[in-house]
Amino acid sequence: MKSDLTVEDSLRENRLFMHRILASVSLMLLGALILVIRLIYLQIEGHQLYSTLSRENQVKISPITPTRGMILDRNGEPLADNYVTYSLEVVPEGIQDIKALLEAISKVIHLSESELQAFRDLMAKRKPFESVPVRLELSEEDLARVAVKLPWLNGAEIRTRMMRRYPYKELTAHVVGYIARINEKELNYLDPSEYLGTFFVGKNGLEKSYETVLHGRTGHQEYEANVKGRVVRELGKKPALDGANLYLSIDIGLQKVAMEALGDYRGAVVAIDPRTGDVLALASKPSYDPNPFIQGIDKKSFDALQGDESRPLYDRATRGAYPPGSTVKPFEALAGLELLGLPPLGRIACPGYYRLPGSKHKYRDWAHSGHGATDMHRAIVQSCDVYFYELASRLGIRRLHDFMQSRFGLGVPTGIDMAGEKGGLYPSEEWKKSHKRGDWSPGDTVIAGIGQGFVTATPIQMARATAILAHKGLDVEPRLVSRIRAGYDIEPPFPKKPHADRRPIDPGQWETVVSAMVDVIQKGTAHRIAAGLDYSIAGKTGTAQVFSVAQNQSYKSMRLTQSMRDHAWFIAFAPADNPKIAVAVIAENAGHGGTVAAPMARKVMDHYLHGLPHEN
Amino acid sequence: MKIDPILQALEAQKKPRFRFLSQLPMDLPLLGGLLLLSGIAMVVLYSASGQSLDVVLRQGLRLMLALLVMVGVAMIHPRQLANMSPILYLVGALMLALVLLFGKISMGAQRWLDLGIIRFQPSELTKLSTPMMIAWFMARYTPPPAVKRLFGAALLILLPVLLIAKQPDLGTAILVGSSGAAVIFLSGISFKILAGLFVLGAGSLPLFWQFLHGYQRDRILMLLNPEADPLGRGYHIIQSKIAIGSGGFSGKGWLHGTQVHLEFLPESSTDFIFAVLAEEFGLIGCLGLLSAYAIILARCLYIVVQAKDRYSRYLAGALTLTFFVYVFVNMGMVIGILPVVGVPLPLVSYGGTSTVTLLAGFGILMSIQVHQNRQFE
Repeated sequence: MKSDLTVEDSLRENRLFMHRILASVSLMLLGALILVIRLIYLQIEGHQLYSTLSRENQVKISPITPTRGMILDRNGEPLADNYVTYSLEVVPEGIQDIKALLEAISKVIHLSESELQAFRDLMAKRKPFESVPVRLELSEEDLARVAVKLPWLNGAEIRTRMMRRYPYKELTAHVVGYIARINEKELNYLDPSEYLGTFFVGKNGLEKSYETVLHGRTGHQEYEANVKGRVVRELGKKPALDGANLYLSIDIGLQKVAMEALGDYRGAVVAIDPRTGDVLALASKPSYDPNPFIQGIDKKSFDALQGDESRPLYDRATRGAYPPGSTVKPFEALAGLELLGLPPLGRIACPGYYRLPGSKHKYRDWAHSGHGATDMHRAIVQSCDVYFYELASRLGIRRLHDFMQSRFGLGVPTGIDMAGEKGGLYPSEEWKKSHKRGDWSPGDTVIAGIGQGFVTATPIQMARATAILAHKGLDVEPRLVSRIRAGYDIEPPFPKKPHADRRPIDPGQWETVVSAMVDVIQKGTAHRIAAGLDYSIAGKTGTAQVFSVAQNQSYKSMRLTQSMRDHAWFIAFAPADNPKIAVAVIAENAGHGGTVAAPMARKVMDHYLHGLPHEN
Repeated sequence: MKIDPILQALEAQKKPRFRFLSQLPMDLPLLGGLLLLSGIAMVVLYSASGQSLDVVLRQGLRLMLALLVMVGVAMIHPRQLANMSPILYLVGALMLALVLLFGKISMGAQRWLDLGIIRFQPSELTKLSTPMMIAWFMARYTPPPAVKRLFGAALLILLPVLLIAKQPDLGTAILVGSSGAAVIFLSGISFKILAGLFVLGAGSLPLFWQFLHGYQRDRILMLLNPEADPLGRGYHIIQSKIAIGSGGFSGKGWLHGTQVHLEFLPESSTDFIFAVLAEEFGLIGCLGLLSAYAIILARCLYIVVQAKDRYSRYLAGALTLTFFVYVFVNMGMVIGILPVVGVPLPLVSYGGTSTVTLLAGFGILMSIQVHQNRQFE
């Protein structure tokens, strides 16, 4: 604005300014172009992606938890069921004075300091509109008190929850198992969408092996929620499908008899219907009460159970692998008949011991003076060891192993619908080579002949082998669950075989063995249970050595400590001519099978057969 | 000068229908653009505020107040504005210093000066006083400016900018700085010096980095990779991008933006209101808003070009460019190409002080336009 401004200067200045304005306009257009390109990139190019993200923001899913299925015995008696508990809960949002409310509540029911602390901890973790329990399980008395005072406890409410319960406690603990809180390891393999609202999972027994069908299918509710998680409106709902009810073949009455029959002994009783494989009783002693495990058993009680030398947490029926002792003899006799011809040895002389050719080692018979002239029938009835030492030697371990495994399932798990089953062991040359030092020796075969040495079997395995024998080779797979009842299609976790096949053994040969087993009760090692019998039992005793006796040393059972005494076995089926029940019993360190185990089996068979409707 | 009487006759023929309005020192096209933009803003704000009529009414009231301020400013002659510039500049700088010494701390920054009755944000004053001062300073010399003049101008710009950055209010500092820089640019600084400054600026970026606050650095880093901390520092950008992207071509519909109504989008009625528009009205809506801004900017440029004297040109041009920077920085931040600095979307974001300042700026532009044409003196 100086006065000496010439026209030329003014024009130059104008031109310069206009150029600058043009440059500015170009800059602005460039800026606008960048904005528009970016908007197109986000809104057209990225629309799909951001729509998805926006929907994820908007829609929240909350699980609808299914009710866990019940476990019932064959007559519909609940062995695991759910009951409703009433909990007192507080929704912190909208409560002006939580402290005052808690004080008011503690005037109605007594709240311990630890309960109050737990409440405060939980309240800090949850969102303000989520419910926080003050007490999870209200006693009936407290429930009544709170219910009356509820109108004055603004913000508190009574809610219901389902809790698991095992009414038969120790009686069914090993069969049913228990559920408990999901741990971190289980989180890794459980389907997270199915377990969104579930805090418990089967840890043991049927609760574990049938987890998928017991749990049911989690439903869900879709709703729109804001950034704080508050529900704005509901969008959709897929209801939960409640868990299936399991009907067991077990009869709780028979189970009780089986448990009581074991008395104070540690051991197991397994009863199977040999026509179907249905497990009628599966008892293992000692047992435990599974109920405290659900909410988390306290450490002291758990340590006591875990540290107990009698191992109450351990299911002997499906996991306990014991030397089967003489109970293998009927099966071995069948192997002889089948593989060596009829009768394989004829009559042998039993001097009370057996020697392998060219060896001085004496394999003793349980009867020191021997059984004299012994044929197969007598060998089973009297449980002559020498006969079976000889028979095993003649058969050889390879043929024995193959026969026992393929015909009677020894050495392999039965496939019972229960988690954690053990398979026992029927040894072979290959097995010894890979698991033990040294090659298979002829002596190993000799002692395998009487079910000792490396041979082990579980009670469920022996019961199944007995069942196969009872119906002359009709193969059955033991099953605890006979029916799964659900309101929808489910895939049973342990499907039954479409048809049971028969084991290829000459039909006439069964009779030889079965008649000997009938005589075991009539005049043999189990004659004590013959008295008053109104049906016929075919059985075999076993007295399995736990402790091996050195050569030239006599074996005096009474002198040995309790834990070194023999295991008492008894396997049987009845009625012998039309078997309806097959039983395997083991009583640990109980001594003689015929004396201790056989009476236990009789009690179970009596109860079962007398309870059945009479056939005409 | 023969045509003068003819022009005067033509002027006389254009008899305005509304005498009162024609008497008011106002530029009707610019006013129309501003009202159009404010109308759009009210519609979006109603949705962004969770359908609060209260918020919309309050914003409307503020707008009325700001319009009065605008008219008031427009009545001042540009020459008077030029004369006031140094005083206003000094008062602004002084108050900024006072803020740093006695100011109220809110939201972690010291921006407010409590004057007893009203609380006042001096940085708002400097948004206008700085370009006025620089325009006054540069207008005293024939362009292109000598280097020592440029140094002087640079110092005059840096004083308020540094004081504001110290509060810390990076957004306003950028706006104030760019308003001064715009004047220097328009005054014909040679492109050689400009290029040199650019290189120097780029070279001193690491040094600049050292002066940034931790959260400011985070915002820049988050721009590069917001997914690194989706729930923390990257949250704003991610949610804003989701809102915009999910709007698509035509949007989710007014009041149907889920990102907004479910409160995933933070600061939805203030700094991030553009995302609300983008979500509910889509690309179409965004282009519509950009058009409204384009109308205003076009009219401003017309005023700039029409301006007769140096001071008016510089100031009008600087205010126009700053308005654009305002829009660009806010949108750039919301769409994730610029770091999150607290710059509201002019005339759309909810908030009082910045609206008044903005309309006062438009008042200056109107003053320049009106006094140019009507020859009031």
